[in-house]
Amino acid sequence: MALLEVKNLDVHYGVIQAIKDISFEVNEGEIVTLIGANGAGKTTTMQSIMGLIHPSHGEIYYDGQKINGIPSHKIVKLGMTQVPEGRRIFSELTVYENLLMGAYTRKDKDGIEKDFADIYALFPRLEERKNQIAGTLSGGEQQMLAMGRAIMSRPKLLMLDEPSMGLSPLLVDQVFEIIKHFHEIGTTILLVEQNANKSLAISDRAYVLENGKIVLTGTGKELLTSEEIKKAYLGG
Amino acid sequence: MEIIMTIINGLSIGGTYAMIALGYTMVYGIAKMLNFAHGDIIMVGGYTIVLFFPISPIVGIIASVIFCVTVGIVVERCAYKPLRGASPLAVLITAIGVSKLLQSTAQSLPFIGSKPKGITYNFGNLQIGSVSISVLTLITILCSIAVMVGLTLFVKYTKTGRAMIAVSEDRGAAQLMGINVNFIIMITFIIGSALAAVAGVFLVFKIQDVGTTFGAMPGIKAFAAAVIGGIGSIPGAMAGGLVLGFIEAICGMVPALSPYTDAIEFAILILVLLVKPTGFLGKKRREKV
Repeated sequence: MALLEVKNLDVHYGVIQAIKDISFEVNEGEIVTLIGANGAGKTTTMQSIMGLIHPSHGEIYYDGQKINGIPSHKIVKLGMTQVPEGRRIFSELTVYENLLMGAYTRKDKDGIEKDFADIYALFPRLEERKNQIAGTLSGGEQQMLAMGRAIMSRPKLLMLDEPSMGLSPLLVDQVFEIIKHFHEIGTTILLVEQNANKSLAISDRAYVLENGKIVLTGTGKELLTSEEIKKAYLGG
Repeated sequence: MEIIMTIINGLSIGGTYAMIALGYTMVYGIAKMLNFAHGDIIMVGGYTIVLFFPISPIVGIIASVIFCVTVGIVVERCAYKPLRGASPLAVLITAIGVSKLLQSTAQSLPFIGSKPKGITYNFGNLQIGSVSISVLTLITILCSIAVMVGLTLFVKYTKTGRAMIAVSEDRGAAQLMGINVNFIIMITFIIGSALAAVAGVFLVFKIQDVGTTFGAMPGIKAFAAAVIGGIGSIPGAMAGGLVLGFIEAICGMVPALSPYTDAIEFAILILVLLVKPTGFLGKKRREKV
């Protein structure tokens, strides 16, 4: 059974239909990517899954349970969360407090301690700056913080919305390394990216979104070598 | 001597404004709305102490806090929560409607009526050297300091407090942390109403005579204080409250200025808005889509 299943999803903004009858699934242990240009409906899809936007039609199942209509904070408790587009860290809180917010739904103090240690090992920069106000971090550090904050909730399914956006090539590599690491420690990943090259390379499967519709699907490898994809997303 | 008295009066008036301003600023920061019925919560608190004071002063204060918090919760649930996500103008009009509703309900209650009521109670004076300070003023100062310190610590060091900052900064991201935004807004209304109740009690003792609109003036001044300090900012509300308090205390000491106290206070509000529209400690926030 799929961990996440999206069935016939429609989303409207007023009279404009942003998502048109999208269906896809993410199986436990997979890395799945949604690729597509700006305005294709990637972020809308992600936000609908998290309950931040209410779809006009369709169903979303997590672990066999229908989750559309459930408030976002309860969806997080079920074991999934999202690194939102543009990082959206809490700039008035310290780095430490941001990470602590990630563990908001958890009560296991020992487990939280351990996860802090893990995250600081993974992102030494965050430990160096743990008492610094998060708004003063650089863009790359903020992305690391946003990823660390999300993993603090120990999600079974982690969704990342354009994690490489606006970062230098070196940092982009680092972001993809970290996604791979999260996957290795047992997290199922749903990734939304414009960087088709990098994301397809690490994905088990991918879906291509165009104007709110899924136009192509396949394994990461298949899509990487597909002529259509090469033309549209890989720059030749 | 006069300087010491001015400072003490400034702290006492400013502390009261700060307590009310905190309610405005927290609700604005977290629920993103101007709760214009906040001043009327002061009135509710004031009348509760007037009615319960004969039983016992302590019972009166507790009843006042409990009743204001209850009214705050009911107003939030019934009037504001259904409008979550509605246009800010709709929420604003609703808040003004709630304000009028509270005032006219109070007036129509037989045990309140349209005639002002009050309590006369002499707290006595404390003689320190050659300075004589009213005990009420001292209690007001100590209580408002305790409230400000307590609230600052609460926001900084508790999980719920940090969640309040998170919600005020980015509601969507806060939801992704698993924060129940409605719950946090409710907590904010509870704290704001409790502070308004305490401020209402102090005001009743001070002015000794309350009508159903007596919350309006301190309410609007505290709102001005919140704006001067930077609406949405907790330390800003405290600073703004104290600034207005000191202006009022200074004007009170200078006979030539005292008739113009209100005018001077609001002129300063306008001045601050012209020079620094975000207030002393307010931040420009980028709007999220």
